[in-house]
Amino acid sequence: MSKMLTTDHGADKSVVDLLRFLLDTEKVSGVLTLRKTNTSGSLDYGLLTRSQELDRAVPLMPVMPANAAQSLSLITPTQKPIAVVVKPCELRGFVERIKREQGSLDNVLTLSPTCGGVIPLDTYIKKSKDNLTKDYYKQVKAGEIPESIRPTCKACEYFVPMTADITVSVVGEQNLDSKCRFILNSDKAVSMTEGFGSVENGDLDAKILDDHLKKREKEKKALFESIKFKQDGLDGMIDVFGKCIGCHGCSRVCPICYCLLCDFESRNFDQNVSLFEKELEQKGALRLPPDTLFFHLGRMSHMSFSCVGCGQCTDVCPADIPVASVFKKIGENTAALFDYVPGKDVNEDIPVLVFKEEEFKELGE
Amino acid sequence: MGKTFNPKITAFLCKWCSYTGADLAGTSRLQYPTAIIPIKVMCSSRVDPVFLIRAFLKGADGVLIGGCHPGDCHYESGNYHTRRRFAILQSIFDSLNLEKDRLRLSWISASEGPKFARVCNEFTDKIQKMGPNPTRKNMFI
Ligand code: SF4
Ligand code: SF4
Ligand code: FES
Repeated sequence: MSKMLTTDHGADKSVVDLLRFLLDTEKVSGVLTLRKTNTSGSLDYGLLTRSQELDRAVPLMPVMPANAAQSLSLITPTQKPIAVVVKPCELRGFVERIKREQGSLDNVLTLSPTCGGVIPLDTYIKKSKDNLTKDYYKQVKAGEIPESIRPTCKACEYFVPMTADITVSVVGEQNLDSKCRFILNSDKAVSMTEGFGSVENGDLDAKILDDHLKKREKEKKALFESIKFKQDGLDGMIDVFGKCIGCHGCSRVCPICYCLLCDFESRNFDQNVSLFEKELEQKGALRLPPDTLFFHLGRMSHMSFSCVGCGQCTDVCPADIPVASVFKKIGENTAALFDYVPGKDVNEDIPVLVFKEEEFKELGE
Repeated sequence: MGKTFNPKITAFLCKWCSYTGADLAGTSRLQYPTAIIPIKVMCSSRVDPVFLIRAFLKGADGVLIGGCHPGDCHYESGNYHTRRRFAILQSIFDSLNLEKDRLRLSWISASEGPKFARVCNEFTDKIQKMGPNPTRKNMFI
């Protein structure tokens, strides 16, 4: 049985209170949280060091203006302790980055909700925010999958944070507006929250989460069916990625793609005019700029096994390509080769760094 | 199709084993198809899967990686990494319904001239049956 801390305020306020407590008692010197940028309603992540800054904090807002894993790389390793409130997939993304030496969890207290999913940025920006979040929370409290969230969120099975110090219980919490349960998963969580409220034994409600998981699994099946390419192989890929404008936005916002100079933005694969001419001779026509499928296939080969399925890539794609759905599906298969679950364990190496002598004996004939 | 199909197979061969194996096949006067276009690399693990994808999309009908047998890599463990990456690429091709049979990984030691010739013959036969890679003609790529 884990330790549990219950407050008698709504979840959003309780998390802010906890962050304020941590800052005021100098247990941390900064907190990373979602906050309102200004009165216009836009949102961003902020690293806040003064507790009055927390007035604008909305730590549990179901929006992902950026995958926080990237930002965590910028501010860690940190000498001064900080607390961060991020979605489960952002935390998993960060764990994947740490495995690539892009940050550290030392001195970081991680808080993460059981996640109802996030609303696509486009929807969030264009629609009335009050109605959106009202509907969203109605469904989340009931343990249902909100209508408005990202397709890959609907299909996400890892909505319970894997490695958070503190889990904020959100999914299926009927009384989300009047109380909040924090599950303290680590000794660090227990010692840092000491003095904030009374702690008892307690845990997440397994039955509620299990029922919810079944719904997500069903959604996942449907999602994977829906992106079964209409045609086979090459034609299917062209069908899906044919609209790609080559902006590489999907990899820029990806929590896994950390390379300062991406292979596909380097000149490594440039070809000269005579090669183009040669190709023209064979094909009689060329699409320019070239290498669209090359980029996507290549990226899959580099990072798919670490894809956390956050959906940020689909969100930013100007051509409306379901990038995340495709990558999630591909990634599940590549990770499964190694029984690998991205973001689960910071001490487990990424599959391409290690090997077993006794595996894949069938390859090499 | 009218014209006969002459397959082209890009073969990335590690210098220490498979490339030397290919040399041995040559000096032993073993026959292997002219379809094979060898590219020498220091170790099979030098072959980023992206190279295979590149060759595939640029119209290679088949792509082969040749490396030392597991345990024999001259950099100790390079080929184990090659094997994992190859498995990843195969899985991607599988998921996307691309023709993964156009990719092949073979362990060929420096003394296995005959194996090199056999692998090349087998692979070329198979590709011959599969026909040209559709990427050859597709203008989109
Ligand atoms: S992918 Fe999962 S963890 Fe990430 S925001 Fe969506 S539901 Fe939450
Ligand atoms: S974000 Fe969309 S258009 Fe831009 S490179 Fe990615 S898939 Fe192509
Ligand atoms: S040197 Fe031959 S596979 Fe590494």
